[in-house]
Amino acid sequence: MEPFTSHTGVAAPLRASNVDTDQIIPAEFLKRITRTGFEDALFHAWRTDPDFVLNHPEYGRATVLVAGPDFGTGSSREHAVWALQSYGFRAVLSARFADIFRGNCGKAGVVAAVVSPEVVSRIWEYLEESPGAEVTIDLERCEVRFGDAAEPFEIDQHVRWRLLNGFDDISISLEHADEIGEYEAHRRPWLPVTVG
Amino acid sequence: MGLTLAEKVWRDHVVRSEEGVPDLLYIDLHLIHEVTSPQAFEGLRVAGRSVRRPDLTLATEDHNVPTLDVDKPIADPISRTQVETLRANCAEFGVPIYPLGHAEQGIVHVVGPQLGLTQPGMTIVCGDSHTSTHGAFGALAFGIGTSEVEHVLATQTLPLKPFKTMAINVEGELPEGVTAKDVILAIIAKIGTGGGQGYVLEYRGEAIRNLSMEGRMTICNMSIEAGARAGMIAPDDTTFDYLKGRPRAPEGAEWDAAVEYWRSLATDDDAEFDAEVTLRADELTPFVTWGTNPGQGLPLAANVPVPGEIEDQTERESAEKALAYMGLEPGMPLRDIAIDTVFLGSCTNGRMEDLRAAADVIRGRRVADGVRMIVVPGSARVRLSAEAEGLDRVFLAAGAEWRGAGCSMCLAMNPDKLAPQERSASTSNRNFEGRQGPGGRTHLVSPQVAAATAVRGTLSAPADLDPLTPLAESA
Ligand code: SF4
Repeated sequence: MEPFTSHTGVAAPLRASNVDTDQIIPAEFLKRITRTGFEDALFHAWRTDPDFVLNHPEYGRATVLVAGPDFGTGSSREHAVWALQSYGFRAVLSARFADIFRGNCGKAGVVAAVVSPEVVSRIWEYLEESPGAEVTIDLERCEVRFGDAAEPFEIDQHVRWRLLNGFDDISISLEHADEIGEYEAHRRPWLPVTVG
Repeated sequence: MGLTLAEKVWRDHVVRSEEGVPDLLYIDLHLIHEVTSPQAFEGLRVAGRSVRRPDLTLATEDHNVPTLDVDKPIADPISRTQVETLRANCAEFGVPIYPLGHAEQGIVHVVGPQLGLTQPGMTIVCGDSHTSTHGAFGALAFGIGTSEVEHVLATQTLPLKPFKTMAINVEGELPEGVTAKDVILAIIAKIGTGGGQGYVLEYRGEAIRNLSMEGRMTICNMSIEAGARAGMIAPDDTTFDYLKGRPRAPEGAEWDAAVEYWRSLATDDDAEFDAEVTLRADELTPFVTWGTNPGQGLPLAANVPVPGEIEDQTERESAEKALAYMGLEPGMPLRDIAIDTVFLGSCTNGRMEDLRAAADVIRGRRVADGVRMIVVPGSARVRLSAEAEGLDRVFLAAGAEWRGAGCSMCLAMNPDKLAPQERSASTSNRNFEGRQGPGGRTHLVSPQVAAATAVRGTLSAPADLDPLTPLAESA
């Protein structure tokens, strides 16, 4: 995975709460068997609305999404993160993320940064006053910078460490293969198996 | 201090624990399906890794599969490719699979319990958020993303931070005609779609203890709709009676040892939850949703909310947006909402008890003119049992369609879909915009309400139906 230290890019204000993963990418597009090429699927239903934020030319190349609370609820589909990534997004800011979505972001390399609802509102106002403005997501300092302002954001410290270093979770766990084997040797004897 | 059920199961599965690092948790059962696994297998292939424990992994085909003409090749080439990819991956990595046409095929969360694979005290994961269903047995079961699917395939573990715990007490007895679905819809309306975020919910209290395993699965299934990763119910005799004799349940001396252990899993009297919520069961009535998230629900006897009367700005805006999408008049009685399609099925309400309850309402009656009702058993096994009891004939005689097993109209990923603006009463778990088809409008309901709605053509409870005439009863 590519390390993520700091990113500066155009931010898009998504004034909506409870954006579920069915809105981020409808099930129709989950039939694909790749991890990339989902940019056409992102917010598919909403993109038919000319007023939808990503249809405004200023935000066409946005890489940071600033969303209302409870972003990424519903289905566990990691395709939601892949669709954001395929489109070009590197980070999402919200006051609250659904657990599975936030976890998926961390695995796939997208920064899901938690800020207070007030900070979300201030960034929205800033972006709407100066459409197409850039913001900086500084993962080393856990800070979002917009205009003259700098505000802290929260992210799980272990996820942050992995993203900063570009480490892959599976390799880390496989280093403990002996301990996994040791655990397996003592599992309860009646636990079910799926074969035989 | 004592431990909660969730904490006991967690503690029993920690492979390694280190300050400042997530615990490495062992996974007892990994269920997979066609939609969230292809990229995970591809990842294994690219890295040259194998599946550590194919014998703790099970695949079934459910999301993409048609429910008509199930003996023919899947018509949609992209769906067919995905299903074929699953079969090829399972063959390559040695993972057992129940393909379309197999007697054990079905929705992944219906298949695990009915085989007896889902047992108390286990850790169970699946690349599907409704894995929380299995918590009904006192298992710690939760949905994961595709990267985590790959992680579990490669290591049979997951690095995780402990969840917080929340007790949801449902005290008192449920009134006649009020079901598990009504209970969970009322819970979500109370705590909100983000209320359970970061928590494992443990459902407790008399009303929960009195539920069957099917009802408990309905409740735990929808924990994710309250934002929680998992829901759990302490195992008891209802659990053990359900499990006994199932193909994958322990037998003989192992059964006795297992039951003794399972009994020890209940939350200790002196354990403390991080949060607690209490509901009175005797105050509940049939519950339906009016909006576009599962928290936007009300008793069936209520009226559609008037957004202008909602104080909280975010909630008001979200209600306005939902009503515009749903095409509903503020203030209209929920009972006046006319329905085009009734969907009975899904991992929430597609088991035998659900089909029986709906059949009992619809027996001797007819689906209203202009309404279509689709009945989709949750698994091939449920379908066979229902047919052995004659439930298929009850539904067919009423004018409903009787289908093959799968996720069907729960999500718009197979041929079963709503048309734009088409309105459904659905026993599934999500009423998101477009969930059942682009532009489709969904009201979440219990199986009993689904059946009564099919008969009257508007959202209805069985109590709203005219009594059967003697003629109809003998028909
Ligand atoms: S029935 Fe619906 S909720 Fe359940 S697994 Fe299938 S698509 Fe998901």
